[in-house]
Amino acid sequence: MESQVSTFKTKKGLAQMLKGGVIMDVVTAEHAKIAEDAGAVAVMALERVPADIRADGGVARMSDPELIIQIMETVSIPVMAKARIGHFVEAQILQALEVDYIDESEVLTPADEAYHINKHAFKTPFVCGCRNLGEALRRIGEGAAMIRTKGEPGTGDVVEAVRHARTVFGEVKMLINMPEEELMTFAKNIGAPYQLLLETRELGRLPVVNFAAGGIATPADAALMMQLGVDGVFVGSGIFKSGNPAKRAEAIVKAVTHYENPEILAEISRNLGEPMVGRNVTDLEDNERMADRGW
Amino acid sequence: MTKIAPRQLVKSDQIKVGVLALQGSFLEHLYILQRIGVKTTQVRLPEQLEDLDGLIIPGGESTTIGKLAVDFGLLEPLKQFGKKKAIWGTCAGAILLSKDAHRSQPLLELMDITVDRNAFGRQIASFEIDLDIPALESVSPESRPFHGVFIRAPLIASVDGDGKVLAALPDGRVVAVQQGQLLATAFHPELTDDDRVHRYFVQLAAENTIN
Repeated sequence: MESQVSTFKTKKGLAQMLKGGVIMDVVTAEHAKIAEDAGAVAVMALERVPADIRADGGVARMSDPELIIQIMETVSIPVMAKARIGHFVEAQILQALEVDYIDESEVLTPADEAYHINKHAFKTPFVCGCRNLGEALRRIGEGAAMIRTKGEPGTGDVVEAVRHARTVFGEVKMLINMPEEELMTFAKNIGAPYQLLLETRELGRLPVVNFAAGGIATPADAALMMQLGVDGVFVGSGIFKSGNPAKRAEAIVKAVTHYENPEILAEISRNLGEPMVGRNVTDLEDNERMADRGW
Repeated sequence: MTKIAPRQLVKSDQIKVGVLALQGSFLEHLYILQRIGVKTTQVRLPEQLEDLDGLIIPGGESTTIGKLAVDFGLLEPLKQFGKKKAIWGTCAGAILLSKDAHRSQPLLELMDITVDRNAFGRQIASFEIDLDIPALESVSPESRPFHGVFIRAPLIASVDGDGKVLAALPDGRVVAVQQGQLLATAFHPELTDDDRVHRYFVQLAAENTIN
């Protein structure tokens, strides 16, 4: 009996084990410990949270491997880390570090303005962002084993996360009800690989796990995304840019479990301290929008 | 490995199995249970354990599931449930059933097993392998291997008391144990199309309720 290592089933399977959970952005091992103690299912290592990337400007890159190693040594939950779009050498380094998932992320400054990483070439699974069904299926076609709707990172404004989730779910519903002769043209119009489109139609959902991200700052935001139909949430700046990160993190974890129970949501939303200040997405200049990165 | 004799079959539609839905692969378990005709419910609060013949604790993150079980007052009710009723834990669920996970985290301590978390390494070492599980012959006459999916999987490091080994890797390391009405698997039958372990567990829950 031969074993097969790092198959697509195991890559996709890890994301299935994270469902109903919260993945938290962390910059240090200390943050990672707070996240794990609060009930995070995984942590995302990055050099600065998106709100700071917005504030500081400059080029945002993969984290220092030393910090990633410290985080991996500190927590027992899976550790994810971000690589720049198209930067396959950052991804090779993250794989060499044995991070559990690589996020090819628009939050960092893109390294390639035409091509994403060929994710099939890696043993480590990838998660990628999307704003719509075509973008999601292109990423899966490149080998992504998990998808997150992008939202607008570092704003604390959930409106884009809602837009992207509604767009993906709306397009899937349209696809399910579409006459067969329209499928190829639909695939062409949204830029989706045809076979993956057929698979999505057959399943009635994306063929991989789909989390929400970008702008989630409160337990209510997290529960909103869950009720819209995502499998779990990423919270970036929303936790460590708030007044009481440990308490808010714990409340968001509980909100994702009890997302359909308003009495519990009311209880856990009490006295969380200051939320992150946030920026309205409508106040952003076009060149400040991270979600538009990705091709 | 213990071979368990075929038993009187109980109709599965008379059985109600809950799936602990705090976090993890609970929908995958629910779909398989529904497919084999079992009544199901999602369990997030203690009162949802009433009227159940059995409970599945799914794969997920054992630290997250354990913390939520403590926060929502489920730890003690789950312990009491498992003393009488059938529970099956897959991966994280197996960790929760153990008496020791070599790390400080909330456990149900219902089975006389110890587990090593992430025993095979990080995600990059996750694997699939065919397993020989003779006990499944009690629900299916055909003896074919069961496809085991191991994701950041734990290993069952020791088995004491009246625990019986149901499956092991070719090198002898233990990946499935049954102790009375309790079942622990380090792998994820909920990620396959093969429903034999689910049918085995439903049978276990049914017999346990009848007796």
